[in-house]
Amino acid sequence: MRDHLDLPANGALAVATPGERTAPDPYAAAGTRMAAGLSCAVPVPGGDRVTLGHGSGGKLSAALVRDRFLPHFADPTLAALGDAAVLPLGDAAGTTIAMTTDAFVVSPLEFPGGDIGTLAVHGTVNDLAMMGARPLWLTAAFVLEEGLELAVVERIAASMGAAARAAGVALVAGDTKVVERGKGDGMFVTTTGVGLVGDFRPAPHRATPGDVVIATGPIGRHGMTILSLRDGLGFEGELASDSAALWPLVEALRDATDGDVHALRDATRGGVASTVNEIAHASRVGIVLDEGAIPVPPAVAGACEMLGLDPLYVANEGVAIAFLPAARADAALAALRVHPLGRDACVIGRVVAEHPGMVVLRTPIGGTRVVDLLPGDQLPRIC
Amino acid sequence: MKYLSEYRDPAIARALVREIRETATRPWALMEICGGQTHTIVRQGLDELLEGAVEMIHGPGCPVCVTPLEQIDRALHLASRPDVIFTSYGDMLRVPGSDCDLLQVRARGGQVRVVYSPLDALEIARRNPTKEVVFFAIGFETTAPANAMAVHQARVQGIPNFSVLVSHVTVPPAMHAILSAPDNRVQGFLAAGHVCAVMGLEEYGPIAARYRVPIVVTGFEPLDLLEGMLMVVRQLEAGEVRVENQYARAVPTAGNAAARRLVGEVFELADRKWRGIGAIPRSGLALRAEYAAYDAEARFGLGGIVTEEPAACRAGDVLRGRLRPNACPMFGTGCRPEHPLGAPMVSSEGACAAYFNAGRWRAAEPVTEGERAPLPVLATAGA
Repeated sequence: MRDHLDLPANGALAVATPGERTAPDPYAAAGTRMAAGLSCAVPVPGGDRVTLGHGSGGKLSAALVRDRFLPHFADPTLAALGDAAVLPLGDAAGTTIAMTTDAFVVSPLEFPGGDIGTLAVHGTVNDLAMMGARPLWLTAAFVLEEGLELAVVERIAASMGAAARAAGVALVAGDTKVVERGKGDGMFVTTTGVGLVGDFRPAPHRATPGDVVIATGPIGRHGMTILSLRDGLGFEGELASDSAALWPLVEALRDATDGDVHALRDATRGGVASTVNEIAHASRVGIVLDEGAIPVPPAVAGACEMLGLDPLYVANEGVAIAFLPAARADAALAALRVHPLGRDACVIGRVVAEHPGMVVLRTPIGGTRVVDLLPGDQLPRIC
Repeated sequence: MKYLSEYRDPAIARALVREIRETATRPWALMEICGGQTHTIVRQGLDELLEGAVEMIHGPGCPVCVTPLEQIDRALHLASRPDVIFTSYGDMLRVPGSDCDLLQVRARGGQVRVVYSPLDALEIARRNPTKEVVFFAIGFETTAPANAMAVHQARVQGIPNFSVLVSHVTVPPAMHAILSAPDNRVQGFLAAGHVCAVMGLEEYGPIAARYRVPIVVTGFEPLDLLEGMLMVVRQLEAGEVRVENQYARAVPTAGNAAARRLVGEVFELADRKWRGIGAIPRSGLALRAEYAAYDAEARFGLGGIVTEEPAACRAGDVLRGRLRPNACPMFGTGCRPEHPLGAPMVSSEGACAAYFNAGRWRAAEPVTEGERAPLPVLATAGA
């Protein structure tokens, strides 16, 4: 073979050296809830330490909870691993509450479409809503890092208060702690929510063959917004987080279907792909997604193409995936589309009896592929 | 999305599939070289659509897959050093070395950062003068120009604390190795478009003529791949042997002269090990003597780290197209994406992982003993 690379030297090429920016280092971004599809290199690391992949919402996160926490907490309600615990109070009226808690770590703290405060409200009220609970009360704990500007603290508190009022929840208790500089990422927030459950009881294990799978809005906006900001990729102008309270949509769905919604889950960490996998697993059903029907905004699609990421695994903070009987689909879509948050709601797939526990995606060309849980976070592909 | 959706049009894709099926009078075994092409084929399910007309053998063109275990062990060693910031393309982070991966090294305190470009790694070096910054320079001719530029710029800008761990390989020697094997099954090639965008077409004429195989330089979108397959099948059916360029919108016949010049200035041809295949003479790149100061292997004395590949892994047979992944005795049992034996199961672009991920739900039937034998040798194309 010829030495095709033995060529004359000429070092005078002008290529701009970019400013320092590390690529989406999803492992350094537990709070951005990023993850990825067909990325290279996918074994689940063994290892004896926590890696950032344990925060990805993929297989590592599931294993962490299953192996390290559940055996010691040993509670049947917890073991159901719903978005929120559904707790009958045992009174004569049959009052049932839902309760959940969620920690928020996101960098940067403020971003187009929201901040860590609005995220902490929406994330927790949505976990309640996904179990059919009307969110009523929130508590919030703040871990602040020494050196954080007080103006930032107040801005976030103000937007958090406004988000809570808009969502119809009261912030009724709270706590603050301060850690030394370097021991926190500006601010960590943990919120706990309590809501009231009526007869409407969607649950992760209730998806049934014959159901349609509905996405309430376009996907991938939150994750790609955060990623773009972190890496200075310059998509910010076109992208904003979808962070929003979903209870109004859930109410609309409930009323339009006479409560006949089998399962609901907000497609947060791990994205739509992880969410539908969790439901397929919990309900022991197969799911077939129609790739052409999945609403991916052009800015999200473009950013994902550039970065070698799969939008199906990118986090959302204002999109729910609903599983309900096909006969109810038209009424459900009509009700969702009346609401600004649900304007782009559409059917993205269906539930089948075949391949239980597995999600299969049909491509527009007619091919198929399996959409699995990722082991850890999505990593950018080299090629 | 402009410039992408045009190449993903489902109606045109279906028409191309039909045309390939009508053109092929017998099943043809083609190999796509590049991992990016494998990615599209698997994602879109193109192989499934062409069953019976074209069998795609996934070539050794995933840079993650072919980086030898030994270089990974060297990377892990470097990343563990307290004085080193180790930088890499994202998808190398989860590739297991002999006892762990880069993510676990990071969890133990190693400084491992994902970058999109080696020039970003150079910038990290400039900003951290008290640290040694090493970039893992892997890949084919596609990544070589950018990696060469980083080394070149390190010298021009006088950045002494930057070095590269080189594991560069080139495509033509791998094609020679595959085609000259006595049990070769490959009857036609889709050459890697982006490699040719750098190197041009001239290396491929002699290969096509010597082994009598059609070679079509092909892009990465579904319509590119289907058109490339159709062009190869047409040649095979007509008994022709030529090099054609399907990807003319990106690949000039002469390649990119400036990029080749730079690569030729910084690198020279060298013997390289390929994971799963072994050593191929003059099949890769090493830094020229003038740039030896930027060679991490020399700077950190890594020559003593020598690793052999696991014996049970038949990656070499898979990468050469001798063994269908699911015919390997270890497939799905001793070797799974979570616990891979060899690189083709590590990378989702790898042939074994692609089979495992895309095929397991429809090909769940047990593999019989007969199927485990190497596949039959087909007549040389066009002979």
